[in-house]
Amino acid sequence: MLTILLDGVAYGMLLFVLSSGLSVTLGLMNFINLAHGAFAMIGGYATALLMNRAGVPFLATLPAAFVIPAILGVVLERTLYRRLYGASPLDQVLFSIGLVLMAMPIAAYLIGDEPQQVHLPTWLSGRIELGGVGIGVYRLFIIVVCGAIAAALQMFLIKTRFGAQLRASVDDARVAQGLGINVDRIFAIVFAVGSGLAGLGGALSADVVGGIDPSFPVKFLVTFLIVVTIGGANGIIGALIGSLLLGVLDVAGKYYAPSIGAFIIYGVMVVTLIVRPQGLFARGDTP
Amino acid sequence: MLRFSVFCAALTAVLLAEPAHADDNIATVGMILPMTGQQASTGKQERAGAELYMQQHGDTVAGKKIVLEVKDDTGAADVTKRLAEELIGNDHAKVLMGFGLTPLALATAPVATEAKVPEIVSAAATAMITEKSPYIVRTSFTLPQASAPMAEWAAKNGIKKVVTVVADYGPGIDAEKWFSETFEKNGGSVAEKIRVPLKNPDFAPFLQRVKDDAPDAVFVFVPSGQGAIFMKEFVERGLDKSGIKLIGTGDVTDDDLLADIGDPALGAVTTHHYSAAHDSPENKAFVAAFEKANNGMRPNFMAVGAYDGMAVIYQALEKTKGDASGDALLAAMKGMRWMSPRGPVSIDPETRDIVQNIYVRKVEKKDGALYNVEFATIPDVKDPYKAAKR
Repeated sequence: MLTILLDGVAYGMLLFVLSSGLSVTLGLMNFINLAHGAFAMIGGYATALLMNRAGVPFLATLPAAFVIPAILGVVLERTLYRRLYGASPLDQVLFSIGLVLMAMPIAAYLIGDEPQQVHLPTWLSGRIELGGVGIGVYRLFIIVVCGAIAAALQMFLIKTRFGAQLRASVDDARVAQGLGINVDRIFAIVFAVGSGLAGLGGALSADVVGGIDPSFPVKFLVTFLIVVTIGGANGIIGALIGSLLLGVLDVAGKYYAPSIGAFIIYGVMVVTLIVRPQGLFARGDTP
Repeated sequence: MLRFSVFCAALTAVLLAEPAHADDNIATVGMILPMTGQQASTGKQERAGAELYMQQHGDTVAGKKIVLEVKDDTGAADVTKRLAEELIGNDHAKVLMGFGLTPLALATAPVATEAKVPEIVSAAATAMITEKSPYIVRTSFTLPQASAPMAEWAAKNGIKKVVTVVADYGPGIDAEKWFSETFEKNGGSVAEKIRVPLKNPDFAPFLQRVKDDAPDAVFVFVPSGQGAIFMKEFVERGLDKSGIKLIGTGDVTDDDLLADIGDPALGAVTTHHYSAAHDSPENKAFVAAFEKANNGMRPNFMAVGAYDGMAVIYQALEKTKGDASGDALLAAMKGMRWMSPRGPVSIDPETRDIVQNIYVRKVEKKDGALYNVEFATIPDVKDPYKAAKR
């Protein structure tokens, strides 16, 4: 029972790191970035390739899994994404799904179609007993790392000047701009951090989902969107609770009712959309 | 005016360039495989298998030059069907071969029937495929063929209670049904039957359930390519240490993936028709030539399916003395016997399915690498699904 709960929390934490960037960009910039998963894929590839081809140890690859997608994110944001900030949602969707469709064959061409496995170091594999509850060491690692990231993000948002500017920009970008906040720069930084987090999530999830392959961006697209739908699109806490809820429900559903387990998260999404279309944890006035 | 005359000139050129008829001395084999996407490893192995056969046996049989046309269907059935039509209509293909998944083989069946072109299924393994067209011949295997012997072996070797875990689509359901029925007939009990979604599988919660059921063994079928993720989770959950044996068809310990899976696979017992470690001079030569031609890649059962697919085509053409019409080829293929790298095989003249030995194997370390080492043979197994219907 507790094992199931912990597994669910680990899965939820992973979902949080993967999709927090999406929920912030959606909340902040009103930009529907369906290419979010492509950044996750790049992070996953960074870890897998550095480990398999260059022999870099797992932990040492994680900064690269963050930095590479972050840099790429900033470059794309400055050159392409910003042109579409004011555009209609349809244009944004078409543009970002186009990016996904380009990213997949490029990955297949450069790296190949077969999944790239991440071989965890021995100290992260296996299983331990914590007060009679068995849990995989790697899942525990995910919970700790992702929990730390969530806490750091939340502190950053609440305690720092940049965080205050960010929250101000989310609430009303025009007024924030008028008050002298450089919203443009905030957009770029947030986009970079969001992409970087996606990359880190991709790297951490590689072992759990059976390797990184070119179809990764679409594999998780629907899950990302469900997290954002359930959590609401404007904050770390909403995304975190939404992710945890989904993770636990998904794992528990598959355990207790294997025949319908895979559908439970969709059911939750449908109910959320009916009862609270702006998301469970969004403030009610979201347009 | 100038534009119009340019258009006329271009049109004339196109009309003149159009070849009137295909060359009668060429027999094109249209091979449709998933070369990209999730099943890409199947496509790679199949293509290499077919090409190796041609490299070893030359490209001319009974006066016909064999041309292999490989097309990528990305694993999507509508694309497979369209490619089959194009291969027959434009390339005048005499035989179609490949088909990485059951739905892909089924989508092509009506095309084969209508055009009277033999469809050699060298990969997909749901039992009923060959019933969908009288022009289908299979050189891979069927899931009932591999699963039923596993059940018999398990019942005889002290396994009483089993939980089955299969991918939720045609072959998985075949495997679940034939394993469970045969196992129960032999005195075993199946505590639970779990079906896992085919796409993006997350085995963790399902395997936790298996662990809590505490059976003697878990029987598993996952499609070629998903074995690694299953095995990883099996070990992370500690199922290996809790004394639950891993049994299944050979798909989970696929030769192509075994090195990637690593030591967690050690001790898994599976039944299948081919292992790269099969001990015969034919297989040793096959594996050596295959690895040499493909940069050290180890052949798996998909490569052998395609290699034997080409063998069937070559021998049929020889028998018909170069007559490449569909009905003549098909008649020649029925009842054909030959020595494959996997052992002696034949095409059942009634069902057009392959009859072959099924081997019981265990994953062991040999010369530093993991192999499925065969330790028992069940000779000449026919597909039990069609045998039971008779």
